[in-house]
Amino acid sequence: MKPIKIITPLLLILILCACAARQRNILESDDSQVRLRSIQSRVFDYSDRNRMLRTIIATLQDLGFVIDDADENLGTVSGTKRSGYSLRMTVSIRPRGDAQLIVRSNAQFNLQTVDDPEPYQQFFTALSKALFLEAQKI
Amino acid sequence: MNFRKHVAIATILILIILIIVACQKGVPREALMFTPESLADRQLQTRVFETDNEGKLLEASAGVLQDLGFTIDESEVRCGVIVCSKDRDVTEIYDVGLSLIASIFFIDYEYATRQKVLASLVTRPLGEKKIAVRITFQHLVWDTQKDLIKNERINDPYIYQKFFSKLSKSVFLTAQEI
Repeated sequence: MKPIKIITPLLLILILCACAARQRNILESDDSQVRLRSIQSRVFDYSDRNRMLRTIIATLQDLGFVIDDADENLGTVSGTKRSGYSLRMTVSIRPRGDAQLIVRSNAQFNLQTVDDPEPYQQFFTALSKALFLEAQKI
Repeated sequence: MNFRKHVAIATILILIILIIVACQKGVPREALMFTPESLADRQLQTRVFETDNEGKLLEASAGVLQDLGFTIDESEVRCGVIVCSKDRDVTEIYDVGLSLIASIFFIDYEYATRQKVLASLVTRPLGEKKIAVRITFQHLVWDTQKDLIKNERINDPYIYQKFFSKLSKSVFLTAQEI
């Protein structure tokens, strides 16, 4: 009976610590900032800014977002998806050389920053599909 | 002894599952994925107009949104975007009545009082003399306690049909310079 009495609180503490650490390490070290930036960015072989912004807007709309703001000069688009929750996303583009664009997105889920790579991967997959269809003019 | 052990193990497992569930407040899996409904939603929210004048189409759209009582929050003509919203009181008389009756029995009856409707309208050239207009509506509803009770997209086809029929008329009027 004794080991259980010791293991239970230990396990609880460990799990709680793991959860808390996940929240905090966003601002703690430069390392995680670099990590965040890399999971939020993708390079596309595409040079037309306006086309890219319009495709991003169309992709967000396809995913059920309402556009909150768009600025061609700055190269940013923001939108929010509401489905019992609020998922707010800002996507920005900047040129990389003459033939490429870096697309960076960051998201906020309710009151939390999204630092999990999966949602970003899903967004970029959706955007790649939209760009492909755009190129094929379907 | 054996039974107590089982109960202890079960309790630990339940606690672990509860904590894991509580920690996973992340983005739902399907939030950023195309679903079979995406295409149907796009068809519902989109109409194609035979014109190559995107500016005029946006002008006509802004006119319709104003007709419907929306105020324009943001716009970016070069991306074909108009963002607008409206706040309305949605208190229903019968809700007030029910709340009065409920108060006699010391029961709190909450009902919807305020609604904010958000909409974004986007135009997109589709090639030769064709421009697609897509509009998406969302609404937020608060109750008497100022708690958010609704936070979702509006999916009623009637609303979209009504909007586009108004837009078709407005495009015609703008074309005629009325």
